[in-house]
Amino acid sequence: MSLSQDDVRRIARLARIAVSDDEVQESQSQLNQLFALIEEMRAVNTDGIEPMAHAQDVMLRLREDVATAPNRRDAFQAVAPSVENGLYLVPKVIE
Amino acid sequence: MKWEVVIGLEVHTQLTTKSKIFSAASTAFGAAPNTQTAVVDIALPGALPVMNRGAVERAIQFGLAIGAKVNRKSIFARKNYFYPDLPKGYQISQFELPVVEGGAITIQVQPAKGDPYEKVINLTRAHLEEDAGKSVHEDFHGASGIDLNRAGTPLLEIVSEPEMRSAAEAVAYAKALYSLVTWIGICDGNMQEGSFRCDVNVSVRPEGQAEFGTRREIKNLNSFKFIEQAIKYEVQWQIDEIESGRKIQQATILFDPDSGETRMMRSKEDAHDYRYFPDPDLPPLVISEEWIERVQRELPELPVAMQARFAEQYGLSAYDARTLTASKELAAFFEATVAAGADAKLAANWIMGDISATLNREEKTIADSPVNAEALAGLIKRISDNTINNKTAKDVLKKMWESGDAADVIIERDGLKQESDTGAIEAIVDAVLAANPKAIEEYRSGKEKALNALVGQVMKGSGGKANPGMALELLKKKVG
Repeated sequence: MSLSQDDVRRIARLARIAVSDDEVQESQSQLNQLFALIEEMRAVNTDGIEPMAHAQDVMLRLREDVATAPNRRDAFQAVAPSVENGLYLVPKVIE
Repeated sequence: MKWEVVIGLEVHTQLTTKSKIFSAASTAFGAAPNTQTAVVDIALPGALPVMNRGAVERAIQFGLAIGAKVNRKSIFARKNYFYPDLPKGYQISQFELPVVEGGAITIQVQPAKGDPYEKVINLTRAHLEEDAGKSVHEDFHGASGIDLNRAGTPLLEIVSEPEMRSAAEAVAYAKALYSLVTWIGICDGNMQEGSFRCDVNVSVRPEGQAEFGTRREIKNLNSFKFIEQAIKYEVQWQIDEIESGRKIQQATILFDPDSGETRMMRSKEDAHDYRYFPDPDLPPLVISEEWIERVQRELPELPVAMQARFAEQYGLSAYDARTLTASKELAAFFEATVAAGADAKLAANWIMGDISATLNREEKTIADSPVNAEALAGLIKRISDNTINNKTAKDVLKKMWESGDAADVIIERDGLKQESDTGAIEAIVDAVLAANPKAIEEYRSGKEKALNALVGQVMKGSGGKANPGMALELLKKKVG
């Protein structure tokens, strides 16, 4: 599998990363090298092996359902660019 | 051409945990903006999610309640998209291996035309995920305000197979699901506050065609009425489009309750590409046999099982059994009334009749009924032993409702005891017969009903206290 320049632009757009034309070319060749590596791995026979969802053989830790977090709004909003009436302000979004 | 409608639902139920799915912030509704957020909920770099046991427990409860497979191992995935009320840039959800797979729900459908019927709807899956925050669009000089109190509230997204064939079936399914999740207590069912939100996938196809048509998804419906209106509008729109020679494009749409119309939110071209992948912050969720067995043991009796028991134990009709198990509280009220000595059938009739009607009128639930189960049983016992007749009982109930007095107190105080003294009723019967020679003739010429009117007059003459059965018997005896 290899990526076209359009694929690269689309991936960049989905990730909200601005790329210039030069960068598209460079990213394309880097990504395609990665895919070559992936192709090599895909060639290994993995029949009968359960797919892994996590790199470590551990299971999810669970906590009891208690609400103990204090209200730290002031501290959190002290570093926000813009707040009003307790709300974070962002450029207008309407779908 | 005849069209067949195909509908599937995705329902987001907010779970009744005290804290969020991945943080220890409170989930209580209505707090001041952003006062119930922890570092995980506002996505501070490096903050790590820790799974809430209570959310998993509720997912297990649901899975067992619908006879589904509860996966011993399930995986959390990142669903990637950018929106300001989702500060991480991804929602933690489940993709390849959800916590619940399969299962089914039996629905009671009341179609627009024809008789009610039952249908089994199969479920595809139910998975755990986090809710997003809320955007406030007004009044911030061109900016939007973001409240992250809701961010991280645990959701169980319940996905049905596309097995519904009408708006009536879709509404019946949503109601059955609603009744179940509130019955087992995993969701508070407050639709106004967004605790139960439905996405509805709708498509149409010519009757007999095997492949599905192209579907459009109506987002975020939070009332049963809107579900019905939106589907009806959308189905007609799709049929009109196709019959006008146009093709349906896959799209996400919104329903506007004010206009009753659906409108496009986004088309397939700019539809999201979520790029799911397993969340490296969360290893697989493992659920032990012992955990599942314990939840199974603690699961309350479910509506369907309770309906069967009500029919069997109390001799109720299927309809009565279903009505009385509409909520756990109503069913408990019924059983408490019977336990306090009331006849089961009379109890069912009174609860579904006068009690429910008055509660509806006063916009109360059975929990706030001024007449409790024991008091109602006190009234019903006086009907059963013929102390009062049905009509008087209605008045007594009204007085009980207002004063809180017991039935016996009111019957005694107001002298409402039914007149079963033959001599006293006979005198009234004689007077009524003397005044109605025409009715007697009609009855003798075979018009059975003619005497019913006279029973009414006897009742009136006795101030409502005569035993109507006895009055009819006396009338028949004297005329015949």
